[in-house]
Amino acid sequence: MILHELISYDILRVIWWVLLGVILIGFAVTDGFDLGVGALLPFVARNDIERRVVINTVGPVWEGNQVWLILGGGAIFAAWPQLYAVSFSGFYLAMFAILFALILRPVGFKYRSKIEDPTWRSSWDWALFIGGFVPALILGVAVGNVLQGVPFRLDEDLRIFYDGTFFGLLNPFALLCGLLSVAMLVMHGAAWIVLKTEGVVAQRARRVGEVASLLTILLFALGGVALWLFVGGYRITSPIDMVGPSNPLLKTVATGGGWFANYAAHPWMLIAPALGFVGAVACYVNAKAGREIGTLLWSKLSIFGIISTVGVSMFPFILPSSADPRAGLAVWDASSSHLTLFIMLVVTVIFLPIVLAYTAWVYRVLWGKVDEQAIRDDSGHAY
Amino acid sequence: MELDIVSLSRLQFALTALYHFLFVPLTLGLSVLLAIMETVYVMTGRLIWRQMTKFWGTLFGINFVLGVATGIVMEFQFGMNWSYYSHYVGDIFGAPLAIEGLMAFFLEATFVGLFFFGWDRLSKVGHLIATYAVAAGSNFSALWILIANGWMQNPVGSQFNPQTMRMEVADFYEVLFNSVAQAKFVHTVSAGYVAASFFVLGVSAWYMLKGRHIELAKRSMTVAASFGLAASLSVVVLGDESGYLSSEHQKMKLAAIEAMWETEPAPAAFTLFGIPDQAARETRYAIRIPWVMGLIGTRTLTEEIPGIKEQVDLAKLRIEQGIQAFDALQKIRAAGSTTAIPEDVRNAFEENGTRLGYALLLKRYVDDPRTATPEQIEKAAWDTVPMVAPLFWTFRIMVGLGMLFILLSATFFALSSLRKLDRYPWLLKVAVAFIILPWIAIECGWFVAEYGRQPWIIEGVLPTAAAVSDLGVTTVLLTIIGFVAIYTTLLIIELKLMLRAIRKGPEPDDEPEAQLAPAQLVAAE
Repeated sequence: MILHELISYDILRVIWWVLLGVILIGFAVTDGFDLGVGALLPFVARNDIERRVVINTVGPVWEGNQVWLILGGGAIFAAWPQLYAVSFSGFYLAMFAILFALILRPVGFKYRSKIEDPTWRSSWDWALFIGGFVPALILGVAVGNVLQGVPFRLDEDLRIFYDGTFFGLLNPFALLCGLLSVAMLVMHGAAWIVLKTEGVVAQRARRVGEVASLLTILLFALGGVALWLFVGGYRITSPIDMVGPSNPLLKTVATGGGWFANYAAHPWMLIAPALGFVGAVACYVNAKAGREIGTLLWSKLSIFGIISTVGVSMFPFILPSSADPRAGLAVWDASSSHLTLFIMLVVTVIFLPIVLAYTAWVYRVLWGKVDEQAIRDDSGHAY
Repeated sequence: MELDIVSLSRLQFALTALYHFLFVPLTLGLSVLLAIMETVYVMTGRLIWRQMTKFWGTLFGINFVLGVATGIVMEFQFGMNWSYYSHYVGDIFGAPLAIEGLMAFFLEATFVGLFFFGWDRLSKVGHLIATYAVAAGSNFSALWILIANGWMQNPVGSQFNPQTMRMEVADFYEVLFNSVAQAKFVHTVSAGYVAASFFVLGVSAWYMLKGRHIELAKRSMTVAASFGLAASLSVVVLGDESGYLSSEHQKMKLAAIEAMWETEPAPAAFTLFGIPDQAARETRYAIRIPWVMGLIGTRTLTEEIPGIKEQVDLAKLRIEQGIQAFDALQKIRAAGSTTAIPEDVRNAFEENGTRLGYALLLKRYVDDPRTATPEQIEKAAWDTVPMVAPLFWTFRIMVGLGMLFILLSATFFALSSLRKLDRYPWLLKVAVAFIILPWIAIECGWFVAEYGRQPWIIEGVLPTAAAVSDLGVTTVLLTIIGFVAIYTTLLIIELKLMLRAIRKGPEPDDEPEAQLAPAQLVAAE
């Protein structure tokens, strides 16, 4: 097979690093609002019909949106197998908590309104709250830990050993990142509810959204300061072989140097954090002005900026190790083989545009506010 | 079973997979049945077919979400509990999983929303397209998952890379068109079609017995019986194909399923019943049918099927080759750069490299396989024999049920062709009682396929024991309890909602179609 040599290994690795970001951002800007809506459900909607309206705003789309997460799992497995292996086993109990919460979600959406019993429905409302809030929080906490380095080691056979504990994940910096993640997704979820509902629910969501966008700005800024002051960062000290074999142990790594070096070397990368701030500010301004679509789009751009910031700050690292820095996973030594990256790129180039096209079509078909009367009449809305 | 991390991780995987597989077959089959029913509606314009699509669609939805919920766990569990596996084969195994998401699951999950919410927003044909997309998505999804699983059974198109200490893809075409994967795909989706057909048959039979929704029930039974007959035939034929392929690629699994301890002169006899005794390495009280095994396994009268003992001897040989490979691998890694590897070491690895996994079987007994004693090699060779009795029995249950499905669906197919579905109430009762049987067959099938591969997680490449994550016993015990608790709760809720929806019946209730159709037509115009 010669075809895959068309694109060199180092370029494929960078492409897959970008695609990893695209998929994670895809998850955050689509399923992210579903998570935010779940977390907001008990608060912006206070009676049964209001809650049904809110649930029906995401009712037809959450399943498709959630596939971004499934795809994320699959794509990390295929393109960055060591990242998949280390992060999922290292964060074992945290992953379990996320799964537990995510299991509640599909069932909550579908089953809640099947039985007309207040206890039944209120239990599912809180299940949906957990299903939204817990993954949003833990995913942020996980990112906070990744930025600090995760306590894992690799032996000569590249077997993974994990030194940390579940409670070790809950350190102040990681919790700050967790809160940022919640604020960001609540901002997004609120923007979605405002777009899809009317009346009192929309008003409440707008107020929550304004606060959440201000909190996003504040927490993102605080996160940056804390990253500067308290997080050492890592840098590769051995010569880098960008087309070398995927074996993390072939390099040497020093701690310190911070996660800001990339911005000094490549100032254009500052676009990422700038977009995070500008997006949240614009989201706030648009919410104030009552521009619904603008609010949603700017919150998406803010999320895009914030997640990109994490990626470019750490480049070329994707999962640094605090227990044995040289075991840290980098773009140049944790990918799949040249051939697999190439095949997966071909598949992605063909299918991702198709997915985006039909997703856009489905959103167009479903365009418009959720009709409260239709829910009362039990027509046109399934949940 | 001891409470070590390997057993617990296997237990958790088995439980979560078996639960997941309670929901998936119905999704696979019902999605296709929905597509058939809605096609009839769009082609004939008869409203009863839309009513059928909506009614079975409601049951489909209740089941579908649990398939989705339990499916997320499957996607993440490899990394969580099987991190060395994920590292070791992610280069090959990850690709079909990612493609599944991109090509199949997106399609299914994006359009399933339109299936439920789109009746008033789409044209007839537009909605039909959404239903087709759901059916196509769920079936393609099965294809990619079984390509991944097929590779675990028959790891083609890949080779070990000493620099990265993992298996890497050498020929993706071989992985894709792996004959084992193709046979498994058709066998598994057919099993899903059987499950859905018997579900529709059983529920409809219940309505007929109760004298409710007769028109809907009769039509549903007609569709389900014909679809079920085709699917039952396909599941047995492709099951046979899988068996035939096992005789080529997984000889040990086949011998264990058949409790064939000794190699017999061709054509071998088939053991219909017997009591396999693992310790004595024999099968007691065997009732045997001459020739049949040889014919099924090799499709000839002359080829032998190697028995368990002969294959253990072969495993011993492979372990010794594996030790050579392991030794060469250590020297290759000590050499540092590729150019510094001595010629004889390179040759030794090229010759024996494919047996490296067999050396890893010794890791249970020694740290360095090169220091293994002949007794340890003997023990490791016997470790390649899975537990015979459970395989022997689950396989027979599965096959027996498969035959029963053909008989039953053929009966209902004949009755519906003769328009005599309501003639024999006892047969309707049988149909209700038998709803659960396809699920028993399916879970047995999963067990035979996966347990029969033990002690390997990747046949001949990586032992299951070497593949686990570095986790604590209590941690995994905790998550097992957590998963079982939530899955069982949700399963009970699901069954309750299913029964409720079935009892409630289709909307509008209890009206014969003759009066219903014109009334609704007027309302629609």
